[in-house]
Amino acid sequence: MAGELAKLLSDLKEPEALAFVDKALGEGVDPMELLGDTKEAMNIVGQRFASEEYFIPDLVFSGEILKGIIKKLEPHLKKGEEEKRLGKVIIGTVAGDIHDIGKDLVVFMLDVNGFEVLDLGIDVPVQKFVDTIKETGSTVVGLSGFLTLAFDSMKETVDAIEAAGLRNNVKIMIGGGQMDEQVRDFTGADAYGKDAMAAVKLAKGWIGG
Amino acid sequence: MEKKWEEMSADEKQEAQFQKLLTPKDPEGNDLKFQSPEADANYKASINRIKDAVQLKKTPDSVPVALLPSMFPFINAGMTVEEAMYDYDKCAAAFKKFILEFKPDMHIGAAGPGPGKFYEILDYKLYKWPGHGVAPEHSYQCLEGEYMKAEEYDLLMMDPSFYFRNFYLPRVFGALEGFTMLPPLTGILEMYGVAFNFIPFALPPVQGTYKALFEAGAEALKWAMVMGGTDGELKTLGFPIILGGFTKAPFDVIGDTLRGTRGIMMDMYRQPDKLLKAMEALVPIMIGMGIGAAQQTGNPQIFMPLHKGADGFLSDEQFKKFYWPTFKQVILGLIEGGCIPFPALEGHWGSRLKIIQDIPKGKTMWMVDQTDMAKVKETLGQNACLIGNVPSSMLVLGTPDEVKAYCKELIDTAGKGGGFIMSNGAFFDKAKPENVKAMVDFTREYGVYE
Repeated sequence: MAGELAKLLSDLKEPEALAFVDKALGEGVDPMELLGDTKEAMNIVGQRFASEEYFIPDLVFSGEILKGIIKKLEPHLKKGEEEKRLGKVIIGTVAGDIHDIGKDLVVFMLDVNGFEVLDLGIDVPVQKFVDTIKETGSTVVGLSGFLTLAFDSMKETVDAIEAAGLRNNVKIMIGGGQMDEQVRDFTGADAYGKDAMAAVKLAKGWIGG
Repeated sequence: MEKKWEEMSADEKQEAQFQKLLTPKDPEGNDLKFQSPEADANYKASINRIKDAVQLKKTPDSVPVALLPSMFPFINAGMTVEEAMYDYDKCAAAFKKFILEFKPDMHIGAAGPGPGKFYEILDYKLYKWPGHGVAPEHSYQCLEGEYMKAEEYDLLMMDPSFYFRNFYLPRVFGALEGFTMLPPLTGILEMYGVAFNFIPFALPPVQGTYKALFEAGAEALKWAMVMGGTDGELKTLGFPIILGGFTKAPFDVIGDTLRGTRGIMMDMYRQPDKLLKAMEALVPIMIGMGIGAAQQTGNPQIFMPLHKGADGFLSDEQFKKFYWPTFKQVILGLIEGGCIPFPALEGHWGSRLKIIQDIPKGKTMWMVDQTDMAKVKETLGQNACLIGNVPSSMLVLGTPDEVKAYCKELIDTAGKGGGFIMSNGAFFDKAKPENVKAMVDFTREYGVYE
């Protein structure tokens, strides 16, 4: 029976996947095993997204099905069985910008790819990024922005990280709307990523995994 | 005898619209008095240039230049966005200065920032704007949400206006809460019982909503008089505004502000048939919105900002099933009505070009943001005028020489044989003025057709 849930979830069969979980739990299948299947499924989803077989709606919908499955599994899981994460990544939409769709996709893809993501939300003040790096020791920071006005906020954020003496401890990636290599150069970030999979690739390159 | 509008073909309607633009009237209906013979000549030269670029029948005398800014004219004048939204005179003056300084063939008018106080009166919740959730120097930004619930498709389709008034509008405008208490207008049929329909208007929440509406209407009019005055004055100085209004692709109507990005993506899986039917129902409404605006303003170009059809948002299969069919119907309906659809390909659209090029020739113009312009020219550009695509990042961060080199490449590829209007690729807030100037001046110099 192993792998069945992984297939249903990665093929985006919502009613079937949820019914399968109910049935498996009723039959006494180990919820940890089912949780493992969902991880395998999200890996497949990520690969399909990377190979352009899946697109954003598929990604978003897979997350929605996953949420439904986790809700069913949660009461059966023992606390403290959190698996080991690859590393911590800080993500936020920079000051003055409230766009969150792109940022949320990056957060989601990093999360399902095994990173611990610290999502600072939208319109994040420069100092918040600096403080979070200090508090958590994260080595990767992702700055999201949709507007041309975000260019300055990104630069100010990178500059503040530098001024706090933390620049050598972190790799910084940017992405979103009007971002490109020229903007990366202006902001002093280490890399520009064009989509959520690019963010995963960059984080893996820097952190490993 | 002149043919009646209803009897004209789409070609004749478009021609008539351009002739109307070429013989402008003042608000009293008399021939517009230009401030100088040069202004008169410049105005007509600009219209003809754009007409030739759109129709693809002959090469214009030179590549037309359009400037389509967001908040740039105001930021460049040293104002905050907040001032531009609240001080109408200052806003209009800055816009006029911007046009006189950069001298484009086509502009989109001073209405961009909109009336801040109007939004306040209605307690607009769909956006954050300066002083209301974003800093004074920042632009307004949309707050996405599920303003239409997943189970409300049937309500929307049964009577869209009722749905908008009683459900959608009160959710996005706090002051319109009273609308939730109003009955459908279609219940008002005959003498018996007619009075019952009007009882809600005696209720304080409904009266409160109407008071807010009167106030909001007065504010909107006050603002429109200032902006319209400036746009009219710019016309007499030789600078046409030819943007006549806007409408949207049905997928974006539902995906942007009704169900939201997340909501519509769930619906593609959970209730695809309802989504498809609702988009079909929106087609005539979106066509009517464009045609109505063009009639009101006398300008044929109907802007269509395109969002969720971009590369990556949908697969090609999803695009063909969910986005393109109703979008195409809206384009065709607008053309039939004598409009020039003006869709903006925001972001990257490289994977859609072969699909969207299937449109009538010489009837549309497409603003190109980040898609490779040479590829757009080979496909969509064979049937349509292209406008763009100087990158925002280059206007903010580049040098005039970089801008000139980019424009040269654009004129050599996209401009070949006509059918191209030089412009920025995305609406921009910030830019180095010398870069904007380089874009316009270089095109004037290098963009002359032999």
